[in-house]
Amino acid sequence: MGALMSAPPAGPQEGALPLGAAAPGAETAPSGLFAALIARDLRLAARRRADALLPIAFFTVAVSLFPFGIGPEAQTLRQIAPGIVWVAALLAAMISVTQLYALDLADGSLEQMLLASPPGLAIGLVAAKAAAHWLVTGLPLVIVAPLFGLMFDMQGVSIATLTFSLLLGTPILSLLGGLGAALTLGLRSGAALLILLIVPLCIPALIFGAGAVSQVDAGLSARGHLSLLGAFLIFTALMAPPATAAALRIATD
Amino acid sequence: MAVDSVGSLGTARQLSVQGLECRRGERSLFGAVSFVVHRGEIVWLRGANGQGKTSLLRTLAGLSAPEAGTIEWSEPPASRRLLYIAHANALKEDLSVTESLRFLLRLGGDAPADSVITASLERFGMASRRDAPVRTLSQGQRRRVALARLAAQREPSTWLLDEPFDALDATGIETLNAIIVEHARRGGSIVMTSHVPLTIAEPAPLVVMLESPVVA
Repeated sequence: MGALMSAPPAGPQEGALPLGAAAPGAETAPSGLFAALIARDLRLAARRRADALLPIAFFTVAVSLFPFGIGPEAQTLRQIAPGIVWVAALLAAMISVTQLYALDLADGSLEQMLLASPPGLAIGLVAAKAAAHWLVTGLPLVIVAPLFGLMFDMQGVSIATLTFSLLLGTPILSLLGGLGAALTLGLRSGAALLILLIVPLCIPALIFGAGAVSQVDAGLSARGHLSLLGAFLIFTALMAPPATAAALRIATD
Repeated sequence: MAVDSVGSLGTARQLSVQGLECRRGERSLFGAVSFVVHRGEIVWLRGANGQGKTSLLRTLAGLSAPEAGTIEWSEPPASRRLLYIAHANALKEDLSVTESLRFLLRLGGDAPADSVITASLERFGMASRRDAPVRTLSQGQRRRVALARLAAQREPSTWLLDEPFDALDATGIETLNAIIVEHARRGGSIVMTSHVPLTIAEPAPLVVMLESPVVA
């Protein structure tokens, strides 16, 4: 049982000390903290360029290798291009997301984020981490996707659909990837487990994203596929951050 | 058993811990512990290595769930101001000292001006390194930057400090002692662990000794 007693005074007594000259500024609005976390992660990515560029390098190499393996037949490449781009984007997101929370856990930042004031803000911070991950890895993929569309000899409208589907779908990969990173945080072989856990959850995005382009190629409307992809994005944006925050709490307990 | 005490400021209780037990895996860390923290009080958690001092602080912070017992705060979670400084300094190697401190203060709910950050760093003798990347700092300097969060505080909040004197030199210890005393005098409360004997005379720290659980 804990015992409580007065500690004997020891050492020199501190004299009357002035209050700290520093006074905290205005309270941080949750939106300000959300933006601050995104800015911090972007700054860190800019200072670790090699790590930040790895997903886009992987994406570029993976997509570029397919024509060498499959052959120069334009019709075949056009047909498989959406699937190749989407699978490469999915794998690029997975390899980059494994360290999303690991460094924050190691240096103690994660605990501080979970204790952020006001309480309950952890869900917003998780969303900010996913947003920063998307800005570093997802958005560049969206930007370079048209170039690969040209490389695969896709038509303009197909390239536009592919790009738009990636714009809707890559945030899903960041959100679900963040959930997987939280669930496997601190586990040995966590990266492998993350892929096993999260890739199946990403398959609807893959189907609707690549399917939208196939619809356009077939002369049909892509609206249905893109609507489903948008609905999946909304569902993931609502469900993944609370689940991720809960998983992080378990991981740090 | 709850052990109550009159706070050094004779003011309201901030935190009440009753019969708290913590567990790590299959191992119970310490016997049921009870204590009360009033505003203006310093509580010094003591115990052998592995006795559960860090676990107790993490439980008070809400990062871990207790095995048994209750923790009652005088304020509801929405208005509770808590500052937890752990073993790890929560600094990013690739950020500058100022960037790191600003972000940590933001997490605590403040939007500090540059002058506040500079003054806080100055308190710990780190103002001259404000633009240095954290990776270039020594362990003691990193600890000083992490502790500079305390110097920016003016509210009578609750501080949970886990071995705050680690890696500090004599000047750093003296500065930290002064900041802790200032905080207690403005009605803040401090629960801390330390293997270094406390040299704070007034308010006299109350010692909570963690003891091994009784094995039936």
